[in-house]
This record gives sequence, C-alpha cells and structure tokens, in this order.
Amino acid sequence: MTKSELVLRLMSKYSHLRKKDVEKIVEIVLNEITDALSKGDRVELRGFGSFVTKKREARQGRNPRTGESVAVQEKYVPFFKAGKEMRERLNKKVS
Amino acid sequence: MSNQTVTRAFLSEAIFKEVGLSRTESLDIIDDFLEIISKSLETEEQVKLAGFGTFVTRKKTERIGRNPKTKEEVMITPRRVVTFRSSRMMRNKVNSGESSTS
Repeated sequence: MTKSELVLRLMSKYSHLRKKDVEKIVEIVLNEITDALSKGDRVELRGFGSFVTKKREARQGRNPRTGESVAVQEKYVPFFKAGKEMRERLNKKVS
Repeated sequence: MSNQTVTRAFLSEAIFKEVGLSRTESLDIIDDFLEIISKSLETEEQVKLAGFGTFVTRKKTERIGRNPKTKEEVMITPRRVVTFRSSRMMRNKVNSGESSTS
C-alpha cells in the first residue's frame, strides 16, 4: 500500500470529505510524527506502536570500497516499536 | 530537549486546526488511518509511505531463547513482527538542526 492508496481507502469511509483534505490529513499526521522525532520527542499511538529516536555514538567507520577510515559523527535514528495490540493481531492463533 | 510525547490527541488537534474537521471526526480519522495500516500489515501487505518510511511484516521462525534473569532456556514460538525502515528524508530531518537535543 502506498500513500495514495491509503488516501483512497480513507476516502471510501470519509466520502463527504474532499480528496485534497484527506491528502492533507495524511501529510499532517506523517509530518507531525517526523517533527516530533526531530525535536527528540516520542510518539505514542496506543494499540499501534511508538516512534522514538535512538542515539548512535560517533565512531570510526570505513569506506567499504576503498578501505579508507572515515569519522562517522554521532547521529539519531528513528525507531518504531509495534504496540501490544498490533503484536497480538499479528500473532493470533488461527485454528 | 522538550521530551514530550505526541499522542492521538495531539495529532487530532492539528487536524482540527489545519483542516477544520470537528474534534471527534479528527480523532476518528486518525483511528481509521492507523487501522488501515494495521490491517495491511496483518495481511502481510507492505506499507510504503513516501518521505516517511516503510512498514513490513516479517516472519520469524522458532528459536531457542533464554530468560536473561533465570538463564532458563525457553522455546520462542514462530511469530510475525512489524519492522519499520525510515526514509532517507526522515533520517535527514531527524539529524538536522534542532534534532540532536533529545
């Protein structure tokens, strides 16, 4: 599923809304999550999961092609952890 | 630095203000947004959101684990997990300017 398919699936339930507005809503949600992470905030969406950033320390890396050693600066990487309800849904017993 | 937590309520407030849906409908549409993604992942359909990242359901086989506290060996049943790979755009944003404050 892509972003535009997500918009279409939402439209089928919110047919009274303009497509333009649904697209805007999808962008708002994704942008707010990204903004929060870039401020170092966390995002917690009950049942779905949470997004946090984790710090990666500066390290001495290597250019895999040339073997040259390069300094890698410390950085933050986004991380997602599925929520309890999501994990349960993925692993419910099918009998 | 701020160390706040963004929740559904925060996101719905943004929709209420910027799009003008009612507060209730703003919350509803977030629930449906998340539900549509969850349902895709449940059916092992990859979710690729340009500029944000990709969610994928992966299957894990059974393996032997160990209770770190008691050192006891336990069988970890086969399961499905969701992985998220952030897009380059998100990783760049997270590391630009105000980012390194957490």
